Amino acid sequence: MIRSHVLICGGTGCTSSGSVNVKAKLEEELAAKGLNGEIKVVQTGCFGLCALGPVMIVYPEGTFYSRVTPEDVPEIVEEHLLKGRIVTRLEYKEGAEITQPGENVSLNDTDFYKSQLRVALRNCGVINPENIDEYIARDGYMALGKVLTEMTPDDVIQVLLDSGLRGRGGAGFPTGLKWKFAKGYENDQKYVCCNADEGDPGAFMDRSVLEGDPHAVLEAMTIAGYTIGSSQGYIYVRAEYPIAVKRLQIAIDQAHEYGLLGDNILGTGFKFDIGLRLGAGAFVCGEETALMTSIEGNRGEPRPRPPFPAEKGLFQKPSILNNVETWANIPQIILKGADWFASMGTEKSKGTKVFALGGKIKHTGLVEIPMGTPLRQVIEEIGGGIPNGKKFKAAQTGGPSGGCIPASLIDTPLDYESMAAIGSIVGSGGLIVMDEDNCMVDIAKFFLKFTVDESCGKCTPCRIGTKRLLEILEKITSGKGTLEDIDRLEELCNYIKANALCGLGQTAPNPVLSTLRYFRDEYIAHVVEKRCPAGVCKDLLKFVVDKEKCIGCGLCMRNCPASAISKTDYVAPGHKLPSVEIDPDKCVKCGVCMGNCKFKAISKQ
Amino acid sequence: MKTLAELQAIRDRMKDTVNLRSGSGSIRAVVGMATCGIAAGARPVLSALVEEVSRLGLTDKVTVTQTGCIGICRYEPIVEVYEADKEKVTYVKMTAEKARRVAEEHLQGGKVVEEYTIGAVENA
Repeated sequence: MIRSHVLICGGTGCTSSGSVNVKAKLEEELAAKGLNGEIKVVQTGCFGLCALGPVMIVYPEGTFYSRVTPEDVPEIVEEHLLKGRIVTRLEYKEGAEITQPGENVSLNDTDFYKSQLRVALRNCGVINPENIDEYIARDGYMALGKVLTEMTPDDVIQVLLDSGLRGRGGAGFPTGLKWKFAKGYENDQKYVCCNADEGDPGAFMDRSVLEGDPHAVLEAMTIAGYTIGSSQGYIYVRAEYPIAVKRLQIAIDQAHEYGLLGDNILGTGFKFDIGLRLGAGAFVCGEETALMTSIEGNRGEPRPRPPFPAEKGLFQKPSILNNVETWANIPQIILKGADWFASMGTEKSKGTKVFALGGKIKHTGLVEIPMGTPLRQVIEEIGGGIPNGKKFKAAQTGGPSGGCIPASLIDTPLDYESMAAIGSIVGSGGLIVMDEDNCMVDIAKFFLKFTVDESCGKCTPCRIGTKRLLEILEKITSGKGTLEDIDRLEELCNYIKANALCGLGQTAPNPVLSTLRYFRDEYIAHVVEKRCPAGVCKDLLKFVVDKEKCIGCGLCMRNCPASAISKTDYVAPGHKLPSVEIDPDKCVKCGVCMGNCKFKAISKQ
Repeated sequence: MKTLAELQAIRDRMKDTVNLRSGSGSIRAVVGMATCGIAAGARPVLSALVEEVSRLGLTDKVTVTQTGCIGICRYEPIVEVYEADKEKVTYVKMTAEKARRVAEEHLQGGKVVEEYTIGAVENA
């Protein structure tokens, strides 16, 4: 009998922090101690707490170890797995109440997990994604069985409509409606597509679902095939996700072996198959029409809508395209019912949403929360707040297509309507947190650089417009901007928004518009006072020496790469050596002098 | 090719395995595995308990786990059985043989093996 399971995260985050070596060492130690017959090591998908990887969880106690190194493994085996003593120094327990030392802390009591509600991520970090039996043990493929044996396609659509599920890729279109349209068009061939071309900087929830629970996506796509009358599905996944691609392929092979994909699924005569298509990582290929063009073997460029994909999609046939996270919700909705799903979230935004926390936040990672959870709770409680005692300034949601939420609106609920009302979007769920050291003009510039790089070039507003936007922003951050530039920026943004061909172009100006809306004074400081309030824009910075504080040790002089620092004649009262000064013409604004000064005599202005 | 019934069979077979990860066993049998416990022979007790629970098909309701020093080293090896709403039962001076009996009579049958409990041993 296996009395204990040790789950080790094999997601991309923990793999890069070394979980593979930890797993190898653990297996070696268990074998050496003769424990391998009673303790099972399982490699799972993402637990979400990527900042603390590699992470490991030991059941039945449910002890959560973070930042485990191969050197820690002998201690865990000897102390915990053999003697039952928790290795407290490695235990993650932030926020949990501990009544006695050495007490075991359940993961669900920690700040990071206690407000989370895991639906799309329910199997991530629980099952071995490369073992179909473990998925089945968690009611996997039961929804497909139910659909094929008890439900008509219209029943399925009705359940989805009643559940209120909306697309998790960003636009939030009702999923049931999308399927209903596609079902309505008669054709000899239809297609079911999965959008796994996750491209927003900082978003990685789709990758985690594919890595942690690939069968959920396959099951949901097969349900969709039955519902709209399609026998072929495609998953368009970026080639930069090698672990996801590998696990998807394993999952597809296993599903074939069990007859859950192929000609006669579960003996019902229903036929469906899924193919993988690897994308080369162009951001525009996450746009539905561009994605389909790319699957067809052409250059990934969008095409005008209408006709919408439900009528003429992949290979000009009626098609549906849903995002990975949307798919992952569907088997649960079928099994537990529309009412269960609709009981979570808000009036118009039902269910849960996965957010990828990144930027200036303590717990970088993945969280799944009910729709409508206030941003404050996500940042302060789940995310653990801003590191180094800094102040929260803004959060960017929806990546380059979204907008920022300023500190004054930190109590805004995270749902489709509330986000739209303040000029941002839920988007795919990237949540980048910024503190007082971030310059909002610089942030807008960062996202614009991204869109300029990623614009496919097919339509002029996007190809040339975003380039001009970036140039104006560069002019402002280099101190050459004028107030007219700000007006021109705004005008151009609105023009691109109204005239670009696809979603990429239409939303590209959002980071500029929303930073202008909430941080206009920062733009004005850049152009009028030629000053960057956050001290980020190098061209506007000046490093100065406080001559009263400088003791003349010369450390900064020796470290300056540009030889911009020299001695003066001034000796401050109480000091023995003359102070130094910085020649602004020679200074390259690297900040080395400031970092080295032990007397805090150098500051940037 | 699998039918729905076969799928359900796989689910039922696998459920026990995955259930361990939700820590759902309503009875917890805890073996003292500190240095003193191991020296006194706790290792074969744990193995026997684990095997027996599995053989009797109790894995969905019983979790076998270990703990550190319980504090009464002279009575090691010790097995404690926790069950919701019931008084904790402490078995002392255990052997593999005794552990098998505890599994069968107590964990499966619900009847405490009085003669192995700390109360009985102390008064003997």
